[in-house]
Amino acid sequence: MNQPNRLDQGGRLERATAISFEFNGKKYPGFVGDTLASALLANGIDVIGRSFKYSRPRGIVAAGAEEPNAIMQLGATEATQVPNVRATQQELYNGLVAKSTNGWPNVDFDMMSTLGKVGAKVMPPGFYYKTFMYPKSLWSTYEKFIRKAAGLGRSPLESDPDRYDHYHQHADIVIVGAGPAGLSAALVAARSGARVIIADEQAEFGGSLLHSQEQIEGIDALEWLANTVAELASFPEVQMLPRSTVNGYHDHNFLTIHQRCSDHVADRAAKNSSRQRMHRVRAKWVILATGSHERPLVYANNDVPGNMLASAVSTYINRYAVIPGHQLVLMTTNDGAYNTAFDWHNAGRKVVAIVDTRAEGAAAAVVAKAALLGIKVMVGTAVVEAQGSKRVKSVSVAGLNSAGDKLVGEVSTLVCDTLASSGGWSPAIHLSCHTGARPVWSDEVIGFIPGDTLQQQLTAGSINGCFDLQNTLIQGTEAGQQAVKNAGFSLEGEVVAPTAAAVVINTGMALYHIPHPKVTSRAPKQFVDLQNDVTAAGIEMATLEGFESIEHVKRYTAMGFGTDQGKLGNINGMAIAAKSMHKTIPETGTTIFRPNYTPVTFGAIAGRHCGELFDPKRYTAMHQWHLERGALFEDVGNWKRPWYFPLKGESMQQTLERECLAVRASAGILDASTLGKIDIQGPDAREFLGRVYTNAWAKLAIGKCRYGLMCGEDGMVFDDGVTACMADNHFVMTTTTGGAARVLEWLEIYHQTEWPELQVYFNSVTDHWSTVTVTGPNARKIIEQVVDDIDVSNDAFKYMDWKAATVKGVPARIFRISFTGELSFEINVQANYGMRIWEAVMAAGEEYNLTPYGTESMHILRTEKGFIIAGQDTDGSVHPYDLGMGWAVSQKKPFSFIGKRGMNREDCVKEGRKQLVGLKTKDPMQVIPEGAQAVDDPNQPIPMTMLGHVTSSYYSACLGHSIAMAFIRDGHKRMGDTVYYPLADGQSIEAIICSPIFFDPKGEQQNV
Amino acid sequence: MFYIYCPHCEEHREEEEFHAVGQAHIPRPLDPESCSDKQWGEFLFFRDNPRGLHHELWVHAIGCRKFFNITRDTQTYEIKEVYKIGEKPTFTADVAVNAVESTT
Amino acid sequence: MQKYSGFGLLKHALSHHENWQRVWRNPVPKKKYDVVIVGGGGHGLATAYYLAKVHGITNIAVLEKGYLGGGNTARNTTIVRSNYLWDESAKIYEHSMKLWEGLSQDLNYNVMFSQRGVLNLGHTLQDMRDIQRRVNANRLNGIDGEILDPQQIKEIVPMMDCSDRPRYPIMGASWQPRGGVARHDAVAWGFARAADALGVDLIQQCEVVDFIIEEGTATGVMTKSHGVIEAGRIGCVTAGNSSVMAKMAGFKLPIESHPLQALVSEPIKPILDTVVMSNHVHGYISQSDKGDLVIGAGIDGYNGYGQRGSYHTIEHTVQAIVELFPVFSRVRMNRQWGGIVDTTPDACPIISATPVDNLFFNCGWGTGGFKATPGSGHVFAQTLAWGKASDMAKPFSMFRFHDGALIDEHGAAGVAH
Repeated sequence: MNQPNRLDQGGRLERATAISFEFNGKKYPGFVGDTLASALLANGIDVIGRSFKYSRPRGIVAAGAEEPNAIMQLGATEATQVPNVRATQQELYNGLVAKSTNGWPNVDFDMMSTLGKVGAKVMPPGFYYKTFMYPKSLWSTYEKFIRKAAGLGRSPLESDPDRYDHYHQHADIVIVGAGPAGLSAALVAARSGARVIIADEQAEFGGSLLHSQEQIEGIDALEWLANTVAELASFPEVQMLPRSTVNGYHDHNFLTIHQRCSDHVADRAAKNSSRQRMHRVRAKWVILATGSHERPLVYANNDVPGNMLASAVSTYINRYAVIPGHQLVLMTTNDGAYNTAFDWHNAGRKVVAIVDTRAEGAAAAVVAKAALLGIKVMVGTAVVEAQGSKRVKSVSVAGLNSAGDKLVGEVSTLVCDTLASSGGWSPAIHLSCHTGARPVWSDEVIGFIPGDTLQQQLTAGSINGCFDLQNTLIQGTEAGQQAVKNAGFSLEGEVVAPTAAAVVINTGMALYHIPHPKVTSRAPKQFVDLQNDVTAAGIEMATLEGFESIEHVKRYTAMGFGTDQGKLGNINGMAIAAKSMHKTIPETGTTIFRPNYTPVTFGAIAGRHCGELFDPKRYTAMHQWHLERGALFEDVGNWKRPWYFPLKGESMQQTLERECLAVRASAGILDASTLGKIDIQGPDAREFLGRVYTNAWAKLAIGKCRYGLMCGEDGMVFDDGVTACMADNHFVMTTTTGGAARVLEWLEIYHQTEWPELQVYFNSVTDHWSTVTVTGPNARKIIEQVVDDIDVSNDAFKYMDWKAATVKGVPARIFRISFTGELSFEINVQANYGMRIWEAVMAAGEEYNLTPYGTESMHILRTEKGFIIAGQDTDGSVHPYDLGMGWAVSQKKPFSFIGKRGMNREDCVKEGRKQLVGLKTKDPMQVIPEGAQAVDDPNQPIPMTMLGHVTSSYYSACLGHSIAMAFIRDGHKRMGDTVYYPLADGQSIEAIICSPIFFDPKGEQQNV
Repeated sequence: MFYIYCPHCEEHREEEEFHAVGQAHIPRPLDPESCSDKQWGEFLFFRDNPRGLHHELWVHAIGCRKFFNITRDTQTYEIKEVYKIGEKPTFTADVAVNAVESTT
Repeated sequence: MQKYSGFGLLKHALSHHENWQRVWRNPVPKKKYDVVIVGGGGHGLATAYYLAKVHGITNIAVLEKGYLGGGNTARNTTIVRSNYLWDESAKIYEHSMKLWEGLSQDLNYNVMFSQRGVLNLGHTLQDMRDIQRRVNANRLNGIDGEILDPQQIKEIVPMMDCSDRPRYPIMGASWQPRGGVARHDAVAWGFARAADALGVDLIQQCEVVDFIIEEGTATGVMTKSHGVIEAGRIGCVTAGNSSVMAKMAGFKLPIESHPLQALVSEPIKPILDTVVMSNHVHGYISQSDKGDLVIGAGIDGYNGYGQRGSYHTIEHTVQAIVELFPVFSRVRMNRQWGGIVDTTPDACPIISATPVDNLFFNCGWGTGGFKATPGSGHVFAQTLAWGKASDMAKPFSMFRFHDGALIDEHGAAGVAH
């Protein structure tokens, strides 16, 4: 197939491998080595999309990350769709499928553009703030239409089949950008033996050298590049990352590098490999050699396809062997862009004219070269307007005064199909701003350059406004030397920068916006931000309306908020705003860049940390048994706890009733391994416990256990649990499952910062122990069968005792504590024996219908006893007295324990606090939903006066009625009162306030 | 993401291993019972929260579990120093102020 | 004030948009004002507007050290909701919600308040208990809300993974249909324009460097650019800088300032029609009218005024979003940024008299500031007009941190939003 704009020779293409791709449903040929953009241009495709707001036809403008128009939808299948891919950065592969993102029914004939032509008049910046307000009721309808126009590409509708990796790296020197500055720095850094990472966003290293016609060290730049890349590759400590964009430069020299591993070869990655990779790099020193972006000039109709950046035209010709037109007009403010005209001429097509905005024109040698090639040069002249709709047909030129703000003389027309422009170069300072450094305006550079930073950062090349090759190589070499030294390495011998020819050039002109014969507001549209359709007139209007800070202008017009983040337009926009307000660019403010430099796939940021690996799962040693028994699980912290164990055909409610009745009638078994366990040792352990718990610990004997409440300094309960005395200097504390880590940190902070004089040590032993709880009237009969060596009778082993024992040959600690109110034994063994002991206990319990139960039945059983769960029956705003647990607060301890002062503040001791009580519903079968809010008067109009909420509520099969725990304002004084719970369905549940201890209030069952 | 030197491990580690606890050097009153509500409230809740140098408590949570102090600039995020509990900072806002005064 | 309308827009189109009036004046400050408001963000501007409109006090200056609406107003994720747990906070946020509902018309400026509904997801049994508790309280306080099961959630957000696959499957959600989003910059500009029209002087690039305090009473402020400006009363509304301002006035606040980060994707075609928030997996997301997915991250743990946070916080949030919406994995993140939130120990604001007479503070909104903008301004205007707290402001006194009468909203605001 014919590629009309493809040159027969040149370019960095694999011409032997012809490939094809699809664009908007049609097949086209291309080569390996092309980008999607170069292949589209080679095939003579002018219109690649429609603009966001006005639906104007748009073509390719640039050749890199700064491209605003060529935003494509990529993907051959639904699952591999990628929205908003910049065609200039997407390498071509065989079978690539791309579509334009806007344009209906197609980009060549777009219905919206008709609307856009009319609508453009009434759609100045911020028009939506000024309308769609009346009538109020219609706003949601208006918004539906506004929303329809939203977005560029679309999200896939199926899950991503690919995977993404993270690499965690440390480097001595990271070099960002592998153009002449970065490469010369890398050579020095590599030779020092330092660990070096050099990353570049493009497929190949070389940057501007890839389309350069210059020489380095007396050889062609491309040859020098090949030698340099080969030398770098020979160093074992040098990591070369092409297709890798340094997107973020974070504090303390932390960089994120987004590497595309397979996007250049296929829609999705090969099996077992990653599509993309995120390198998270901590660097000792960083060299930013990120280069610069050419600035287009702003003139009327500068968005018609065929308007391009000068350097992009050169890139397409030299690197991709594509000539994107037939007759070129080049408009420039500087000498450098003349090369584009020379390249065009050398490719065999016509250069209509070089339009140089400077009265003095270019340096003599440059002018001579143009003359030699027979190219017409017009100095002191500018293109004021392009004509054409889907392709430039001609341009209007006029004389320009030396200040660049007035036209002089007649307007004349030049026929051409391509208008390349260059307004100079803006340093790519983005990364240097990410950690808060403010860029500095330089009149000499005509751009912002990196400001002072606290990071260990050096810069080299055109990011500093250094635009000639020799000085770029020198800056790179010097930055490399400096980084080597700073990172603690050294170099042998003298370091010499690679040499290039010195070039004499004339100064560039600070010109951004070309005046038009008509005033800006009446001239054809002069685009500043092509992606967001922001025009010079729009910016002037914003300043006219009083949006005077550059941030206001940007936000009001949306300038720079596109996916290109204003790489082309921001400086021009600032210049226009500044001029409109009679200020200088630095006076209007700076523009601060935030990460990302270019967009990054969410999947790459997430890496493997999704699904199964989103958060670790913690399993107990008996998990497999629970699974086999058909348990359902509850997430508690990271733990998977058995929730309940349904038998076949059972409803959840039936399961819970069976489990609870079994416990009360005979025996149940609970996997309690997840409770936090902290081993506390040291001569001051006991003293320490007395300070962090609300109750007394001075007299707890060895072999005994005690329940404790833990409060914050504000007096509010935050955890609870049983602590056992192992020896006079040794205790084991249990915590709630979810609170274990927090409690340990709590103990540590007090020990390390407040009371370092106390000799005490804490260790989490949660995972070391498996806990098998056997509870119910027959618990002892079961335990007896598995305990080898101790007497478990009530006389020998009392309630709240613990004993060391051997259980089926395994050393164990058995605690006689109870969370059900029944006779209970908690057997703790080393976790790797957990399953064996569990199975042994199950076997021993067979004749007693020993029934495994989960957290839900545990909740019912403990609620029957009025035992709280910290976190469910507390919320950080209740103290022990609110809970009716004043019995657990010792007022006699000499040390003012944590929480004591807090719970005595004015608000904590006043009347009217919400207090924990029990509830019985009037209809015993009715269960109040947890979270329901109590009121005294169910007929009170809204807003109603709420008394407190239900914290725990269940149907108790053992008691035959529903039970609940709830907060009620002054509830402890209101026993027997009736309160109401108005529900969403309109009914009100009537309940009577009672003690929260519903079952065995005297506590006899646990003592048998 | 900060790069923090743990004075106990004597190594730089990633911020993800640490946990910021808040302002440092807020001793628990020795006799809480003698504190007024106002004093206790101030101990509990009121903080310097400066824009600039901040002495703050951190814990090497996924590491040695030890607490230590950092002097950090809350504007630039520069860590000026790391010191153990019980030690005194060498960088303080007063010192910084004096330094400015002496140069002007 | 030049009235905005569709018709007006047409008229201006005919004159090439050359005759638009300034949205606000650029006045030289007077020597003295009845009320000086320090801070020209959304809350400060709303305060000035309601002072002028409701209380007839128009001799007001708003002093802004940068540009109007350039702090957290410009940096949030624009979520508006009022489904707070406790009566005190529910009341003020619902007050705000009601003001939102007529704000565009009241200001004659379309703030694009879009009531597309807010979902708060629950992933554990305790999440669901907390949701039940909050929704029940909301209902009895007259705030709309219901509880949805995963099936119903799926109908509202078809692209979200409501199956059992995720590490923490979605068990249910609270749903506030009246919640939504608004165009954040427009809120500041709308209040500024309306306040200016009522005679309020908006002074930009005017940093307050000290308070003038005589015998315990504030009488004015010292500015960097315009010297002393006297004031009958001073309202300080400087989110992200409250502690610094308090220090100038000689007292401390129960506040810590933390970075709060947010990010947006590239614009994509509409795919998410509502606001989804999840405390448990730490992420919240909506889609703007421009097509960007607007995503909020958690608060960074350290104090920071740098308007940037740590990368791992962003990373964790993106993981949560991809976990909730696996189809977004190939969508790309465009930009990230950070604001500075002033957090209080109970996650509720301070609207309060201070130890200095005639000096009032409105601060500590944490992550709830944007949604409160009109309500906060309305209530604070009353406080400034009366010289003492109104009923709605009373519970939010800074002195609650002495007696312990905290309003603990951590359950409702556990994650940044």
